[in-house]
Amino acid sequence: MQDNDLRLDGNAAGGLLNEIFRFEMTTAEATCGGCGTVRPIGEMMLYQHGMGAILRCAECDTALIRITHVRGCYRLDLSGMTYLRIASEAH
Amino acid sequence: MVQQLKWQLCTVVEIRQETPKAKSLILDWPERTTHLAGQHVDVRLTAEDGYQAQRSYSIASPPGEKHLMLTVERIDDGEVSPYLTDGLRVGDRLELRGPIGGYFVWDARNGGTDGSTLFLAAGGSGIAPLMSMIRHRASTGNKVPTRLLYSSRSYEEVIYREELDRLSAHDPTLRVIHTLTRRRPANWMGYGRRIDRAMLADTAWPPAEKPLAFTCGPTAFVETVATHLGELGYESGRIKTERFGPTGG
Amino acid sequence: MAEQFIARGFKGRARDTDRARRERIPPGQYETKEFPVLSAGPTPQTPIERWDFSIYAEVAEQLKWTWDEFQRLPRETMTVDIHCVTKWSKLDTLWTGVSVDTLLAGIDLDAQPSIRYLIAFCDGGYTTNLPLADVRGGRAWVVYEFDSKPLDPVHGGPARLLVPHLYFWKSAKWVRGFKLVREDRPGFWESVGYHNYGDPWKEQRYAGD
Repeated sequence: MQDNDLRLDGNAAGGLLNEIFRFEMTTAEATCGGCGTVRPIGEMMLYQHGMGAILRCAECDTALIRITHVRGCYRLDLSGMTYLRIASEAH
Repeated sequence: MVQQLKWQLCTVVEIRQETPKAKSLILDWPERTTHLAGQHVDVRLTAEDGYQAQRSYSIASPPGEKHLMLTVERIDDGEVSPYLTDGLRVGDRLELRGPIGGYFVWDARNGGTDGSTLFLAAGGSGIAPLMSMIRHRASTGNKVPTRLLYSSRSYEEVIYREELDRLSAHDPTLRVIHTLTRRRPANWMGYGRRIDRAMLADTAWPPAEKPLAFTCGPTAFVETVATHLGELGYESGRIKTERFGPTGG
Repeated sequence: MAEQFIARGFKGRARDTDRARRERIPPGQYETKEFPVLSAGPTPQTPIERWDFSIYAEVAEQLKWTWDEFQRLPRETMTVDIHCVTKWSKLDTLWTGVSVDTLLAGIDLDAQPSIRYLIAFCDGGYTTNLPLADVRGGRAWVVYEFDSKPLDPVHGGPARLLVPHLYFWKSAKWVRGFKLVREDRPGFWESVGYHNYGDPWKEQRYAGD
């Protein structure tokens, strides 16, 4: 197997994000705390590790969102991003 | 706001052999909502001892169809695909949720009215979501100039081959270009290698035509295509990618 | 709560084990003959000539080895069972590397009993935390060969930590060093709901178990 062949697009986390958020999150935009790039979550690199989901900046690999779901509890670490912009209405 | 998706049961009404390794599952899903071309569903399989496996599959059918189509390529040492291609029977039920994904979607109502063009690049079973887009385009009579570059291992393994031939024969605004990477028929005149920058330079719309690109397939394939399109001048926000992971689904 | 739908005939990956081996498999685990790759980030690409291994201790000078120096340390080969919290166990895995006891030999830890924890740090930013006692006494290594071949980058090469008596997320891939500290610091997975210690025989998978 090649390096990085396991990674997916953030769009593939749509089902998990739908469990947590009331809004369509794959099109929500995040500002990376590592390099300042602003991109939709759909364009992040998703590592669907068996223990949780990690969404990383496509430019600098900073972990922007870490999600685990264990014992009936979701835990999110959003410390890798500085801003999150979510459309509240479909345009 | 989006609806919170729930796991729901659908029924297999038909299983169609597309190629030696790929089958389409046609599903009756009474509680479904309409979807957008390019969206996917999550499929969940639970064994008797409670063990669960979950995978995502792109919806291959266009919006507006009565039944949902998923196209699955069998990965020999896979955990889920052999069950879906060889274990399921007509009448069985399947647990899934969706439709999911707002990022990798194309809506004919938005496309084709602003002078833009559509470039689709598929690797193997990555054709599935792009086929939903092509079928949606056909059923709505949309005429946005579209090119599909489709990489398959061999002629026999081109999924939806006859339908693509038929659609492109009747629609001059849709062009399908194949490349066969491992085996070619004796009289093959088309491309016979993996997609590379030269092939994309020849087949993709030039940036001046305002292209919107969608590429789907194994992760390595998608990254190659996206990188080269960027080098050819495509805006990064207009190259949409859907990686399938190491084995293409 | 509605009953879970069972997919007719779905079995998942082969999860049966003969009786003699079953005792070696902790509760809730199944045996695999494969070596699954779980990835939380891109595989680091540190070239060997830039690789080094460091130990920072609050009470000692930093220790550091280049790759060549690390290769010259006394090496051991051992066969161990490994257990991943995602429920697969792999028996009789063969590794070669340097005992953590060897790496810590240059630090007088007994003179500093308040230094009780080890934080492993890695290329790519991964961290994990362990009680110092759990990596001493022949229970942990920094390994660079698996099955007598150089450790593949997807499995943590050039070198990873190996602590077989705990769940395998503690065996940090791409390890570049240790920090020896007085206060425990939950690492990458421990900080988002996984158990701080992780004993597979007590099924300590998640915080609160």
